[in-house]
Amino acid sequence: MSIDNVASAKANSNIEQPFAALGLKPDEYERIKEILGRRPTSSELAMYSVMWSEHCSYKSSKVHLRQFGSKVPANDSMLVGIGENAGVVDIGDGWAVTFKVESHNHPSYVEPYQGAATGVGGIVRDIISMGARPVAVMDPLRFGAPDHPDTRRVVNGIVAGIGGYGNCLGLPNIGGELIFDPSYQGNPLVNALCVGTMKHEDIHLAKASGVGNAVILYGARTGGDGIGGVSVLASETFDADGPAKRPSVQVGDPFMEKLLIECTLEVLHAGLVEGIQDLGGAGISCATSELASNGEGGMHVWLDRVLLRDSTLSPEEILMSESQERMCAVVEPNKVDAFLDVCRKWDIEAVVIGEVNSSGRLTVDWHGEQIVDVPPRSVAHDGPVYERPLARPTWMDARQADAPTPERLARPTTAAQVRETLLLMVAAPNLASKTWVTSQYDRYVRGNTVLAQPEDSGMIRVDEVTGRGIAVSTDCNARFAALDPYRGAQLAFAESYRNVAITGARPLAVTNCLNFGSPEDAGVMWQFEQAVTGLADACLDMGTPVTGGNVSFYNQTGDVAIHPTPVIGVLGVIGDVANRTGMEWKTAGESIYVLGVTRDELAGSEWAHEIHGHLGGLPPVLDLNVEKALAEVLIQGSQDGVLSAAHDVADGGLAQAFIEMALRADRGATISIPANIDPFVFMWSESASRAVVVVPEHHEQALASLCSGHGVVATRVGSVDDSSELIFSGVYGESVKATIDELRSTSEAVLPALFG
Amino acid sequence: MSSRIGVVTFPGSLDDRDAIRAVTLAGAEAVSLWHADATLQGVDAVVLPGGFSYGDYLRCGAIARFAPVMEPLIKAARDGMPVLGICNGFQILCESHLLPGALTRNDHLHFICRDQRLQITNTTSAWTSNFDMNQEIVVPLKNGEGGFVADERTLDQLEGEGRVIARYLEVNPNGSRRDIAGICNEAGNVVGLMPHPEHAVEALTGPTVDGLGFFTSVLKSLVDNGKVLA
Repeated sequence: MSIDNVASAKANSNIEQPFAALGLKPDEYERIKEILGRRPTSSELAMYSVMWSEHCSYKSSKVHLRQFGSKVPANDSMLVGIGENAGVVDIGDGWAVTFKVESHNHPSYVEPYQGAATGVGGIVRDIISMGARPVAVMDPLRFGAPDHPDTRRVVNGIVAGIGGYGNCLGLPNIGGELIFDPSYQGNPLVNALCVGTMKHEDIHLAKASGVGNAVILYGARTGGDGIGGVSVLASETFDADGPAKRPSVQVGDPFMEKLLIECTLEVLHAGLVEGIQDLGGAGISCATSELASNGEGGMHVWLDRVLLRDSTLSPEEILMSESQERMCAVVEPNKVDAFLDVCRKWDIEAVVIGEVNSSGRLTVDWHGEQIVDVPPRSVAHDGPVYERPLARPTWMDARQADAPTPERLARPTTAAQVRETLLLMVAAPNLASKTWVTSQYDRYVRGNTVLAQPEDSGMIRVDEVTGRGIAVSTDCNARFAALDPYRGAQLAFAESYRNVAITGARPLAVTNCLNFGSPEDAGVMWQFEQAVTGLADACLDMGTPVTGGNVSFYNQTGDVAIHPTPVIGVLGVIGDVANRTGMEWKTAGESIYVLGVTRDELAGSEWAHEIHGHLGGLPPVLDLNVEKALAEVLIQGSQDGVLSAAHDVADGGLAQAFIEMALRADRGATISIPANIDPFVFMWSESASRAVVVVPEHHEQALASLCSGHGVVATRVGSVDDSSELIFSGVYGESVKATIDELRSTSEAVLPALFG
Repeated sequence: MSSRIGVVTFPGSLDDRDAIRAVTLAGAEAVSLWHADATLQGVDAVVLPGGFSYGDYLRCGAIARFAPVMEPLIKAARDGMPVLGICNGFQILCESHLLPGALTRNDHLHFICRDQRLQITNTTSAWTSNFDMNQEIVVPLKNGEGGFVADERTLDQLEGEGRVIARYLEVNPNGSRRDIAGICNEAGNVVGLMPHPEHAVEALTGPTVDGLGFFTSVLKSLVDNGKVLA
């Protein structure tokens, strides 16, 4: 077997190389030759091809994502910003938090269980590599039409994969999203969020500093899984009659990941590590080139030392393998033995594969032959950057003009029709109880979960002595983004911000997972640019920096892209989790208020989608000053103990908010619809910046002054009853009633009937 | 002198911190025990916590049963030391033959996490003496392989001897025979429980604080048996 080494690349410069099959464009291949002053070896070609892929290099999105760096609010609490594995935020008392959301969309469609499982595994390793202990996960999920025959396969596999991995890892799953829309039929979205905590002094960064330091690869052995296009190259180079393409979806082992968490935190806390990096996409190529270019700039790797699951792997495959549960650490020579001792304690295999040097080059040897000699920055950071063409799609005008007016979409106009609509909406898959999914996830492990689904945010106690904690929410109504991507992204951010404030936590930082179609489509690229700009503008305005995120392009089948889906995660801090506000209205006689203004805004609403299958018009208006004022009332109300319950108003409008609160409490209420608003609009409009709050009588005055102080409109709409009926009065002259039992059985039956 | 209660950490144990917290809140001193050390460090009782020891490979609890720490533990349990196995700990106790029966895949084939209503049906075991007979409690349940099975004779014997310590109420969440949620050995010092009382010890984070009763029970029984001074 002959190896294509650097010497032969110099000597034999004009052989034909399969760059196109590896996804590189001719000009990209030419640039590699220019950088190296010769043709690349097959190993170098493999490294460049994966590191310059859209997934690793952000080549189409980079020019737009710069806005998150340039529009940074003045008073931010960022300790580590964009560019590291995950951003780090100061939450006070010497505590820091890191959080990030990533996509694992394509693998999860091909192999739902392993795709989703390894999505959780990957984001958890990002958090560990910052030096943080992972404390919770969340999973925003989007699927095709609920009644499509393939949806069942995808839903069951993905939910089982998230549970199978996360439960075995010992991380509470505290929330997420579950949304169905035909636009995701061939492109389900699996986004995974992880949050971790640490003391300030424990923050670690991915860099290889200190000449002479050892580079240690530890964790699972390297196997042939997750090798995408590189198998093309391998079969070109070696035995063309060999096995067909290796499986390109990775297989996860959560038990190994649990050991990796404990082992990594132990070596970090023992001060044995100079730099650390997880192995995710592009495996060893990514880890070594990023560590080297962030540090002294030079590194040598003996690739034949890598422990293998499959001894037949070629060096190109080893460089590219995306085998899971591996980490790479940079360790001072006199600490290597202590490092390896900790690995042994946790039954983890580890081997020194390289050394930091001052050569300015990343060099890789394979059994004495040099197969890679590159400037590491050229692989890790200096990939191509594209200013893709963008153009507002021509169909936008027609879509925005198609507003859901009463003439266009029939609305209920009698009490009987309202009741009928109410029961249809409760049974809408996007609004129905998510218990069938969340009951497959452990939300209790570690004993610090204060709030979890179906609450508006997940909340975790960080400090068991002081009660300091964090709240996290992820949101996105992609239909709003489809109607107007700029405002849609802002509405997604506003909802997430509100969901954090509802619990009493103060929003502090933002992460995002930007799921879009093909960047080679000018219309998609325009949606992307609009969404990024909308989010960056809103974050600047609201004082919450973007600390990191992820872009997933090519979520489309043929010419049909998914709805632009910028999933926004907001993290907030609360001084004492004992002060949190939940959504359960517990006490009969307490007053129910709607905060904010309800307008005739049904475009992109769940009602338009579920009842009419309609998507058109302009999404709800958003005034960020109003959103901020509402948040202040909610946070202050929680701190002062004024609010006994609060709930966000979003998908399904006020009707759905009241129903969810009643179901949570197993207790009814009477809602009197104000005379100055159409009952249908009151119930199902999805106007932004609204919340339902519940207050005891002796706090009504305090709420009134809080709201007037911040300029928030508060309308008393009813009271909590000692009953098992939800009653809406003033519905076109009559009352509409539904029992809690009827609402619960309808809501809880939906997902088991579809997927159970 | 407070009681010292050991909590074993195996590779893949997940609820060890929670068990330590529960033991501490109940008023005992928690002692971390490591699977690879063949010593119990002189503790008065031991909790085998929930999780996925050794990744549940081969069979839940089948590998943990051979860990070095299990040797002194099995001997101490036979000599009367109180031992509580929660979820994966219950599976390990069955694999160790300290308790009869086995835990199998949930009948509905899904992992399930829910707030579970239980009825306490034994108030003489080391871990249930602080409850009232037939007391109803709510604690979290979370398992993928929690269906308790045994042959009919063993089930009859467990029931006849009052060794079923808790039963599922309202919903049988995993297909356990005769709604059995937990059992004890003949002497009553070894208890296996599928639900998780260590997750119901604080109002802030649990559905109730009913779980504390298991941990205060063992403190009481240690005092009653003269193991620890009151």
